[in-house]
Amino acid sequence: MTDLDSFREETWAWLEENCPQSMRSPFRSDKEVCWGGRKWTFQNEDQRLWLERMVDKGWTAPDWPTEYGGGGLSREEHKVLAEEMARIQARPPLNSFGIWMIGPALLKFGSEALKQQHLPPIVRGEIRWCQGYSEPGAGSDLAGLQTRAEDKGDHFTVNGQKIWTSYADKSDWIFALARTNPDVKKQEGISLVLFDMETPGVSTRPIKLISGQSPFCETFLDNVRVEKDQVVGKVDKGWSIAKYLLTHERSMIGNMGSTAAGQKTLPQHAAEVLGLEDGKLADPMLRAEIADWAVEAQAYELTAERVRDQAKAGQGVGNTSAMLKYAGTELNKRRHELMIALYGSDAMIWEGEGWSEQALPQQWARSKGNSIEGGTSEIQLNIIAKNILGLG
Amino acid sequence: MQKLVLTEEQQMLRDAAHSLFQEQGPVSQLRKLRDDKGELGYAPGFWNQAVELGLAGTLIPESHGGSSFGHVGMGQVMEEGGRTLTASPLFATGVLGASALMLAGSDQQQERLSGMAAGSHFTALAIDESGRHAPSRVTTWAEAKADGYTLNGHKTYVVDGHIAHTLIVSARTGGGDRDENGISLFLVDPKSTGVTVTRTTMADGRNAAMVDLKDVAVNADVLLGKAGEGYATLQSVLDIGNAHLAAELLGIASEALDRTLVYLQERKQFGVRIGSFQALQHRVAHLWSDLELLKSCVLKALMALDADDSDASALASLAKAKASKVAELATNEGVQLHGGMGMTDEYDIGLHLKRARPVQLLLGDQRYHADRYATLRGF
Repeated sequence: MTDLDSFREETWAWLEENCPQSMRSPFRSDKEVCWGGRKWTFQNEDQRLWLERMVDKGWTAPDWPTEYGGGGLSREEHKVLAEEMARIQARPPLNSFGIWMIGPALLKFGSEALKQQHLPPIVRGEIRWCQGYSEPGAGSDLAGLQTRAEDKGDHFTVNGQKIWTSYADKSDWIFALARTNPDVKKQEGISLVLFDMETPGVSTRPIKLISGQSPFCETFLDNVRVEKDQVVGKVDKGWSIAKYLLTHERSMIGNMGSTAAGQKTLPQHAAEVLGLEDGKLADPMLRAEIADWAVEAQAYELTAERVRDQAKAGQGVGNTSAMLKYAGTELNKRRHELMIALYGSDAMIWEGEGWSEQALPQQWARSKGNSIEGGTSEIQLNIIAKNILGLG
Repeated sequence: MQKLVLTEEQQMLRDAAHSLFQEQGPVSQLRKLRDDKGELGYAPGFWNQAVELGLAGTLIPESHGGSSFGHVGMGQVMEEGGRTLTASPLFATGVLGASALMLAGSDQQQERLSGMAAGSHFTALAIDESGRHAPSRVTTWAEAKADGYTLNGHKTYVVDGHIAHTLIVSARTGGGDRDENGISLFLVDPKSTGVTVTRTTMADGRNAAMVDLKDVAVNADVLLGKAGEGYATLQSVLDIGNAHLAAELLGIASEALDRTLVYLQERKQFGVRIGSFQALQHRVAHLWSDLELLKSCVLKALMALDADDSDASALASLAKAKASKVAELATNEGVQLHGGMGMTDEYDIGLHLKRARPVQLLLGDQRYHADRYATLRGF
């Protein structure tokens, strides 16, 4: 038996022993997801237990080094863990911008002190992070941001306003871009700074979206004190880290083009609603559109697979995240439009009598943001045109 | 699961095919063939070089003089040939004919394979009977006789029909006009009494032929596979054909984009290169993104064929559906973004446009294959 086989066997046995039964099914709604943090209250004992047990193994961040609380798993072991969790439909124990975004950035660009300070609480789900990038005047033109971090000798004083800060009202710390030098080219005077959301001068206000939900906030920064040791990388050199994180974010958002495990596919929904005649969906016009969508969806999934395989084989064309983000989000928006065509007016009941847990109208409305957040589709096309096709 | 990357050998074949097509079979060659209206419809000089490189026998086993290099390898050749629009017997003989004989041929029938690998024996698939691909719609009739069959019917758009030494003909030995059962495949010598081959000139400057069969008497030993069970063989041949046509369309579409990008960098209006306009940048960036999606579909389909994967049919239809859609967009955008130059015969972009459509239509277009894909996926 190879080491990987025995790792699989141990993992299988450990999951069987430790994953509570109620944590072995796909999330029925966003409300069941565990985000952790100082303000978190567990929805039930199983959710708490599942997180604690996974934290003990370091498996909330399976591929991070053990010295920072991670699982220290190799790429192959990480894959085995993911497969074994998928096999029993184990829920992710923790959703976290710390694990997905600032953690990887700290591992790559952060000082040893910053890693030791911030990574372990992220792994343990004790500190929830949010991202302070966009500003009212700096959306697509992110590098034009105006939030100032003024050097006060032993610290910075930060003033400005952030917008579209995901879950700012529920988060404990923020990683934010601020201008530390206004006298140079706009990309060259930006720093990535970290501070506690409870620092005096920080306030947040949720933004109500067309979906009725408020996942984003405005974040106001009024003479906020940021310690000098909380700059990631070098002062004024934050833009390259920001771009690294944006690439990361693009891949995450692009992934929404895929149907999550356990979720019904669009053709499955269609077969239930329309029924089949001679093996074909009973509405020929809608079937044609769904077939066209399904072709695009598989093309997208194969491309995500090919890009991964090529990267591993050292054959990558490099900047493919813009393409995947563009294609994946447009595909997801199309899926929601087709879901509405499929369910008809049932999909327009906003609340009350007749509303279903699928929340079709809310999800449809929310999907419009996919091709805006993390860089609009138009920005992705700009990136492809300039960086890949060489058009200036 | 197999990784979606080329092996070193496949990459080498791709590079070799690239040089061959660029140097020995450039677009100017197709132009000349079109204008000269010669009898062959391909350039023997190019074909000899291709045969020397072993391309004609890419799919054919070594025991018959081929290299058994597989579909991924052949797909690279088809893609490179798509870029240069090179006319040759590679598809009709090297892909369709070779596959049909390898799948269902008797030992005696497979003797043709060595001539095919050597580039001297050509085949043509004669299955459709109208302008739109419909392989089960067969009215050509094969009546059983004491020592064989008598064929009567009409076949359309037979690629390389005018040069073929063997026609692979679908005909009914049973069943109704649209039944999948009752279809048989026959290897017919076009010189047989009662066979009339009429060459057609298509928009792409390439040849197809109409084949008329009038009381054509054939021996029983020309039956390919079992009587009445030819449809399953035919479907496998069509899966292979469509995956390779998708590869060719990928080549055509990629070339259309590349030539358009060059034009956007050269052409100046309002004192600047038109490639600096965002309205145009977004259109080519979208196209590039679509081409990346297509590449994955084509590679996956070819790999599935090599692996004899049970999902190969759905993946072949996926590839042909997506390829047809992308090639249509790429060639239309190509002409539009070349402006007035795109409408001139002098520029090659119009040749890519006029080659893409017949390839899209051949063996089923986007709609045909999206429908087939959905059916195979259970909806």
